[in-house]
Amino acid sequence: MNIRSMAAVLAATVMLPLGAAHATDLEVTHWWTSGGEAAAVAELAKAFNATGNKWVDGAIAGSGGTARPIMISRITGGDPMAATQFNHGRQAEELVQAGLMRDFTDLAKKEGWDKIVRPAGLLKSCTFEGKIYCVPLNIHSWQWLWLSNDAFKKAGVAVPKNWDEYVAAAPALEKAGIVPLAIGGQAWQSTGLFSVLTVAIGGKEIYQKVYGDKDAKVAAGPEMAKVFKAADDARKMSKGTNVQDWNQATNMVITGKAGGQIMGDWAQGEFQLAGKKAGVDYTCLPGLGVNEIISTAGDAFYFPVLKDAAKTKAQEVLASTLLDAKTQVAFNLKKGSLPVRGDVDLAAANDCMKKGLEILAKGNVVTSTDQLITQDTQKQLEDLMSQFFANTSITAEEAQKRFVAIFSKAG
Amino acid sequence: MAAHTQPGRPNQLFRNLNSKIASIPMMLTAVVIFLGGTIWTVVYSFTNSKLLPRLSFVGLEQYERLWDTPRWIVSIQNLATYGCLSLIFSLTIGFLLAALMDQKIRFENTFRTIFLYPFALSFIVTGLVWQWILNPEFGVQSVIRSLGWTSFAFDPLYNSDIVIYGILIAALWQGTGLVMCLMLAGLRGIDEDIWKAARVDGIPMWKTYLFIIIPMMRPVFVTTLVIIASGIVRIYDLVVAQTSGGPGIASDVPAKYVYDYMFFAQNLGQGFAASTMMLLAVAIIIVPWAYLEFGGRKRG
Repeated sequence: MNIRSMAAVLAATVMLPLGAAHATDLEVTHWWTSGGEAAAVAELAKAFNATGNKWVDGAIAGSGGTARPIMISRITGGDPMAATQFNHGRQAEELVQAGLMRDFTDLAKKEGWDKIVRPAGLLKSCTFEGKIYCVPLNIHSWQWLWLSNDAFKKAGVAVPKNWDEYVAAAPALEKAGIVPLAIGGQAWQSTGLFSVLTVAIGGKEIYQKVYGDKDAKVAAGPEMAKVFKAADDARKMSKGTNVQDWNQATNMVITGKAGGQIMGDWAQGEFQLAGKKAGVDYTCLPGLGVNEIISTAGDAFYFPVLKDAAKTKAQEVLASTLLDAKTQVAFNLKKGSLPVRGDVDLAAANDCMKKGLEILAKGNVVTSTDQLITQDTQKQLEDLMSQFFANTSITAEEAQKRFVAIFSKAG
Repeated sequence: MAAHTQPGRPNQLFRNLNSKIASIPMMLTAVVIFLGGTIWTVVYSFTNSKLLPRLSFVGLEQYERLWDTPRWIVSIQNLATYGCLSLIFSLTIGFLLAALMDQKIRFENTFRTIFLYPFALSFIVTGLVWQWILNPEFGVQSVIRSLGWTSFAFDPLYNSDIVIYGILIAALWQGTGLVMCLMLAGLRGIDEDIWKAARVDGIPMWKTYLFIIIPMMRPVFVTTLVIIASGIVRIYDLVVAQTSGGPGIASDVPAKYVYDYMFFAQNLGQGFAASTMMLLAVAIIIVPWAYLEFGGRKRG
C-alpha cells in the first residue's frame, strides 16, 4: 500500500462518522428475555429504527436482580449505554443524584408529558428536584391472583371469588393432590406476594402507612397481624411447590398442578402463550377479589449522560418514540402490561387486561413498593420473607417483629 | 540482618539492585491494590455509603445492624459448619486416597486422573451438576425410588436443616482430588530407606504412616491447609449455583451476603462492614498461625 492510498483510507475513516450522523446507533439495555418480552422489545426497536436511527439491543438475561448491578456498574464505571431500563422508582435514585442521568425536562414540556401520562404518580417518580429524568413506558401491577379452573373442577369445589374462599378451598385441593398455591423459591416472589396481601387484606391506607410512611406503629398493629396470618396461610398452602422461577410456578397453574398463583400481570403472557383463555381456562382476581386495587409499578427508561452529540440527539428521538401512542399500543399488547397513556385504544386487550384498565380508570391505585422503599429495605424484606416462607418454625408473630424492626430503620 | 552490615560495604538497599527493580511492579500491585483496597474498604465501612461511596461517617452503625441481622448470623454458622467439616473430610479422604495410591498399584495414572478430574471443573459447573444429582425428582432419590424403595427420601437441597451438607458433598467431590495429589507428592518425597528401616523394625504399616510419615509431611500439610482454608472463606459460587442461598436463607454464606448487599441492596456500607468482618475473621485465625509457622524460626 503506498502513501497516497493510505491517506485516502485515513480520510475515509474520518469522513465516515460524518456521513453516518443521521443513523445513530443507540445501545439499549434491558432484562426482557422471555418469549413474550422479547416480542414486545422488538416492537420498540422497530419503532425506533423507523426514525432512521438504529436500536442496538443489549438484553441482559437473568431478571432485574442480575441485570441492574451490571447496568449500574457500567454507568458508574464510565462506560454508559445510551438508554437503559429500570423499574421506575428508587432504583436509579442515586445515579440521578450523582448527575449521571440526563435531564429531559425541556422535551417533557414541549411534548406535554404531564398531560398524557396517567396516573400522574408515574411521572412524579421520574422527577427529582423538579426535573424529569426518565420516560415511563408501561404499568405492571402485582395485585393479581391467577386461578386454574381445571384444578378446582378436579377438586370438586367452585372457583373461589376471593381470598377467604380460596383459603377455605385449599384442603379440598390438597386432597386431590394439587398444590393449592404455587410460590416460586426466589425471594422477590414471596416478598411481592406479601405486599399484595398487605394491600388486599390490610387495605390501601395500611399499605400506604407501612410502606409509604414507614410507620412502625401501624406495622406492629393488629391489621398487619391479620396480614401476617394470611401470609402464614399462604405459606401452608404453598407447601410442595419446589420450583424456583415465577414462570415455572405459573406453568403449574396452567397445567392444573397448582390451584393458583399470586403474581403480577406479566404472568398473563404465559397463559396467552399456552393458548389459555381468560374466564374459561383461568380466572384472574385483581386485589385477590377483596380490595380491587392495583399498584402502578412498571418499567421506565433512563438515559445516561453521554459525551457524543449525535447520540445525545438520538436519545431525545428515542424518548419521544417510547411515549408515542402507536408504540405504546404495540408494545403493551405484546407485553401484557397497561399503557402509560390514557388516550390510546386497547380494543384488542383480553378480559383480564380490561379489568385492569377499568380499575386504573376508577383511580383505585396505590404506589408500588419500588417507588416507596429503597433497594436496601427491599433486600431486607426479601431476606425476611424468603426465610419465613421456607422455614415453618418461624411464627407469624416473630416475623412481624422483624418486619417492624426493618421499617423502623428504613429511609 | 541490618545490624550485621559492616561499614564500608555497599548499602543493603542497593544490593542485588536488578532484582529489586524487577519486583517493583509486583510490590506496587500488592501495596496499592491489595493493601490500598483493603484500607479503603475498611474506612468506607464506617460510612453510610449507599449505591455510590461517600464519606459521611456513621460510626459503628453498619456493624450494629450487621450483627442484628439474622441472615448474617445464619451465614456465619453455615461457614463454621462447612469450614470445619470440609477441613476434616478433605484432609482425611485426601490422605487416605493418597496412601492407597502409594501402594504401588496398577493403573495409578488412570486413578489419579479420575480423582483429580473434578478439580478441572469450575464451582459453577460442579454446583449445577450436584443440583441435578440431589434434585428429588430427577436425581438420587428418584433413581432409588424407581428401584423399588419407594419411601426413600434424600433431598438435602430442599431441607433447611441439612442443606449445607448437600453443598459440602459437592465441595468435597470437587476438591478432594487436589488434596490427594498434594499428599501423594508428599508421600513420594519420603525417602525409601525410612520405609525399609520401619519394616526391619517390624512396625505395622498404619503405625508407620501415623507416627513417622505424617509428622515428616508437615510442610505438605501446611500448604494443603492454606489452600483448603482460603477456599472455605471465599466459598460463594458453589452456593449460588446449587441453591442460591435457599431454601429461604438456609444455605447462605458471608461472601454472598456481601455481594447481595453491595450490589442488589445498593448498600455499599453494609457490604463493606460484612467484608471487613470476613477479613477480621481470617486475620484472627491466620495471622497468629502464620507467625508461628513462618516467623518463629528462620530457615534457609
